[in-house]
Amino acid sequence: MELVQAFQGLLQSGLGGLWGGYVFTVIKTLILIICIVLPLLLSVAYLTLWERKFIGWMQIRLGPNRVGPLGLLQPIADAIKALVKELIIPAGSNKFLFVVAPAMALAPALAAWAVVPFGPGVVLADVNAGILYLMAMTSLGVYGVIIAGWASNSKYAFLGSMRSAAQIVAYEIAMGFALVCVLMVSHSLNLSEIVNGQAKGYFAEQGINILSWNWLPLFPMVLVYFISGVAETNRSPFDVVEGESEIVAGHMIEYSGMAFATFFMAEYANMILISTLTAIMFFGGWAAPVEMAPFTMIPPFLWLFIKMFFIVTIILWLRATFPRYRYDQIMRLGWKVFIPLTIVWLVLIGAWMQTPWNIWK
Amino acid sequence: MLDNYFPILAFIFVSIAVGIGPSIGGWVCSSLLGWNRPDSQKLSPYECGFEAFEDARMKFDVRYYLVAILFILFDLEIAFLFPWAVVLNEIGFFGFVSMMIFLLILVVGFIYEWMKGALEWE
Repeated sequence: MELVQAFQGLLQSGLGGLWGGYVFTVIKTLILIICIVLPLLLSVAYLTLWERKFIGWMQIRLGPNRVGPLGLLQPIADAIKALVKELIIPAGSNKFLFVVAPAMALAPALAAWAVVPFGPGVVLADVNAGILYLMAMTSLGVYGVIIAGWASNSKYAFLGSMRSAAQIVAYEIAMGFALVCVLMVSHSLNLSEIVNGQAKGYFAEQGINILSWNWLPLFPMVLVYFISGVAETNRSPFDVVEGESEIVAGHMIEYSGMAFATFFMAEYANMILISTLTAIMFFGGWAAPVEMAPFTMIPPFLWLFIKMFFIVTIILWLRATFPRYRYDQIMRLGWKVFIPLTIVWLVLIGAWMQTPWNIWK
Repeated sequence: MLDNYFPILAFIFVSIAVGIGPSIGGWVCSSLLGWNRPDSQKLSPYECGFEAFEDARMKFDVRYYLVAILFILFDLEIAFLFPWAVVLNEIGFFGFVSMMIFLLILVVGFIYEWMKGALEWE
């Protein structure tokens, strides 16, 4: 802390008060951002390993176990392999869009982390419009897929991107309605306040936080939000976008080497983001489930990590268990099941809040 | 107030840089360590081993447009619901009923498009 102040003083004396202050703010912000992005990229790398290990165990295989102890160096080996692969830019493609698309897919998945709280007060930008920003960023992810599919000038890529666009927008609506339910009970767009709001109520006063969290009173919304999240990240069983057996790899088909790996990173970063958001909106964020000794000793950011890890593992479990949905079934689930269900539940919650039994005063 | 939003702007720039980074890194590494020998077969679109028949800039199903238009309607509706949901406790019963009327009108539209078959994917 003293070191930081000394650095601030040095900058201000060197550059003059006003400019020194600005430079200090910029450098401090950049360091904080790197503190979020680096562990995130590391988690993305090791989530790929965990997925392969976990699905391996589910299918009674070993999973990666050759590169390093227990296969722990596998993601690094994958990265080196992707780095030295030849980059192919197809002759018929729109060169500029083709190169920009991977960045368009990855950047929003990372940028959304600016407003995610990791603990009480531990958040980079504590803004009032946190959820609006998140909605904006998660919606932007679809541009990467569409641009990739269009720019490749390949039929499989084009079909994949059309499918993904229709699928993502359909589930975006269900997701938005589920979020509106969360907003109704927490009275704020600020993510920290949403987490704090879940620590109130009858059960929280008894020390059983887990029963006060949003998942119980908003129960169907948890499932709708989570399943919509899985559909938005194009994960199995909703992965007709990539559908290996019919359109090979969808929008990523013409990409090679590191550009392909960027799409992969975007997918896994999105999975981690959706899991963290589910934990924050419905499972009490950084709070411990029970106010008792062994649980309260675990630091808040670790609780968030544990919850995120469980939810991510459920996404992997879905992939190991379920066959792929047919496309018309996906659209039916989105438009004819989730949207009516969320609208009805929204009205129900609203009516509940008008009665004397309103538990969210 | 704006202080709170500066980190977001900085974060967006950093994430764009991180998004572009791997492609540039891959381009540098593959041209130094790997090789780059394009030929006309390699640069043509992939169609399961066949030569590409025609351009992929083709007509596509109008239903995708329809879904996009319906999405705009419902997404705007959600944008209307956000501020209402945040202050629902303060605006009380009157606010609740007003939004229910608004929702009712939209649900009538939703039922109409359902009956018209706009949501069918046969």
